[in-house]
Amino acid sequence: MAYDKFNILTSTVVPLPAENVDTDQIIPARFLKATEREGFGDNLFRDWRYDVEGNPKKEFVLNDPTYSGKILLSGKNFGSGSSREHAVWAIYDYGFRAVVSSFFADIFKNNCLNIGVLPVTISPEFAEVLFKAVEADPKAEVEIDIDKQKITLLSTGASESFDINSYKKENMKNGFDDIDYLLNIKEEIAAFAENR
Amino acid sequence: MEKNTLFDKIWDSHVVRSVPNGPDVFFIDKHFIHEVTSPVAFLNLEKRGIGVLHPDRTVGTPDHNVPTVDQDKTIKDKLSRMQVEKLRENCKKYGIELHDLGSDHHGIVHVIGPELGITQPGMTIVCGDSHTSTHGAFGAIAFGIGTSEVEMVLATQCIMQTKAKKMRITIDGTLGAGVTSKDIILYIIAKISAAGATGYFVEYAGSAIRSLSMEARMTICNMSIEMGARGGLIAPDETTFAYLKGKQYAPKGEAWDKTVAYWKTLKTDEGAVFDKEYTFDGTDIEPMITYGTNPGMGIKIKGNIPTTEGMEGSNKISYLKSLEYMGFAPGEPIKGKKVDYVFVGSCTNGRIEDIRSVAAFVKGKQKAANITAWIVPGSREVEKMAHEEGLVKILEDAGFELRQPGCSACLAMNDDKIPSGKYAVSTSNRNFEGRQGPGARTLLASPLTVAAVAVTGVIADPREVF
Repeated sequence: MAYDKFNILTSTVVPLPAENVDTDQIIPARFLKATEREGFGDNLFRDWRYDVEGNPKKEFVLNDPTYSGKILLSGKNFGSGSSREHAVWAIYDYGFRAVVSSFFADIFKNNCLNIGVLPVTISPEFAEVLFKAVEADPKAEVEIDIDKQKITLLSTGASESFDINSYKKENMKNGFDDIDYLLNIKEEIAAFAENR
Repeated sequence: MEKNTLFDKIWDSHVVRSVPNGPDVFFIDKHFIHEVTSPVAFLNLEKRGIGVLHPDRTVGTPDHNVPTVDQDKTIKDKLSRMQVEKLRENCKKYGIELHDLGSDHHGIVHVIGPELGITQPGMTIVCGDSHTSTHGAFGAIAFGIGTSEVEMVLATQCIMQTKAKKMRITIDGTLGAGVTSKDIILYIIAKISAAGATGYFVEYAGSAIRSLSMEARMTICNMSIEMGARGGLIAPDETTFAYLKGKQYAPKGEAWDKTVAYWKTLKTDEGAVFDKEYTFDGTDIEPMITYGTNPGMGIKIKGNIPTTEGMEGSNKISYLKSLEYMGFAPGEPIKGKKVDYVFVGSCTNGRIEDIRSVAAFVKGKQKAANITAWIVPGSREVEKMAHEEGLVKILEDAGFELRQPGCSACLAMNDDKIPSGKYAVSTSNRNFEGRQGPGARTLLASPLTVAAVAVTGVIADPREVF
């Protein structure tokens, strides 16, 4: 369904340097039982965020008041494993609009783009620069400009460009989703289906 | 003449149009749905005021969160019950074929698709589940999608995706005794890592792959996603045709001959180019097991857990965090470690051949006292065969507990959870933190290895036990 338009996002960053963060960590299977897309943010990183009694684990970054923002910065191979879109719903619902990593799993990346969370792939070197900057100053701001396909650390001006195909870019900028596109070419699809 | 891979042939023939500098509009032949990733898709269709375009191209079954006991009774867990009821309601409303709980063909979606002959060579198949790659064993392009895409398929029978790069993994040579297709795929993932095939669609080839049964091939394709691949496939051959012949939804009579003639064209042309190729020697593969928290962290059972030598920075931190979760130390042998649970089941290894191999090895033996042993058939059909062949009796005599079909302890959405801190050797596909229950420690292995563990109570090499 339609989502908020994405143009320029300027925000502080929440750092999560773990590698191979799979979607079972982002949202464990036992929290996938809803029949509506509501409230998933409460269980984002559930088992890293809360102990078995439901008390917040102080050492986990989402429970650390030092860090906040709309950008999640993570280690490589983020979003591997299960195809559950609930993982991205949880990220969006919690308040993140962009995830930055040096490497994303395929299905996760697709799911992000389909619901309006921007996956930004940067070099491992630039990821290191960002992790260090946020560690040194948790209030450090990062700007993500989708039109220019550029991510910038505002305090130093250090920046890098990132890839996104022009179709998905237009979708993100306008809050469109793929169904809008597909419904517009219904006749063409029907003709194709006819021959199968 | 242009040389194409099998993947190219199937993909290209399903492209409705290519968006300039964007994805392909990709036509889907068959769509499977289950109770967990479909309700929001149906809800969104309603919000948009549109229906299901080709209900005959979608098939549903509840599998992820269903209980594996008392399936004839009302589901106790309210949220699970609501999801299953929602699936029933949606299938009924839109005229979608449903293999409901308790019906003859109920089961895990990736087990019943092939079993019914719905899955066929040359098809494009999707489902809101990453292990949809299983169906690639038939020479189909099959992969997992998100709920937004489930909605797209329901509404338009298409999704929008860019074509993946192509990888071929060739395994030649004869497999040793005690080595199964599960060991092959765990070996491959350990070699190329849990992200080693991200961005690629994999074709498995070579004499070691050709020699496998359809069920064994499904185990390999199933776990393609565990190395990041979009999916995996194997060119269809006589083994494939023999499996499909006579299945409920397979073509019959003249149509069968015509279809098989087409299926025989589904192979990679000699000289076709892949973006990446790997070749492994089948004789180097031995029984495997994982020791960490992603499927790439696998070793030969006779081997030691890797040391941190050569690791640095976040890589080393993540590695040690993973071992800490598992309660293991770098450099120590894995064999002989005490185990609490064994689980035989899932879309990876919940088929009749898997249950047969476990039964053959535990026949006349007893499970170790410290082991709780669960065996969960992938479908009602598998369950029925296991009864008819006397396997259930053998397993129950050995102390195994047979449960009813479903995804069960593979992802522990229902009550089949491994308690925190306990060790489970499992035939499933993921050893992520908490995958089999909060705090549970999962080691992935073949059904044969699981049988060896059940009998000895510790991590054991099946070649030394039987």
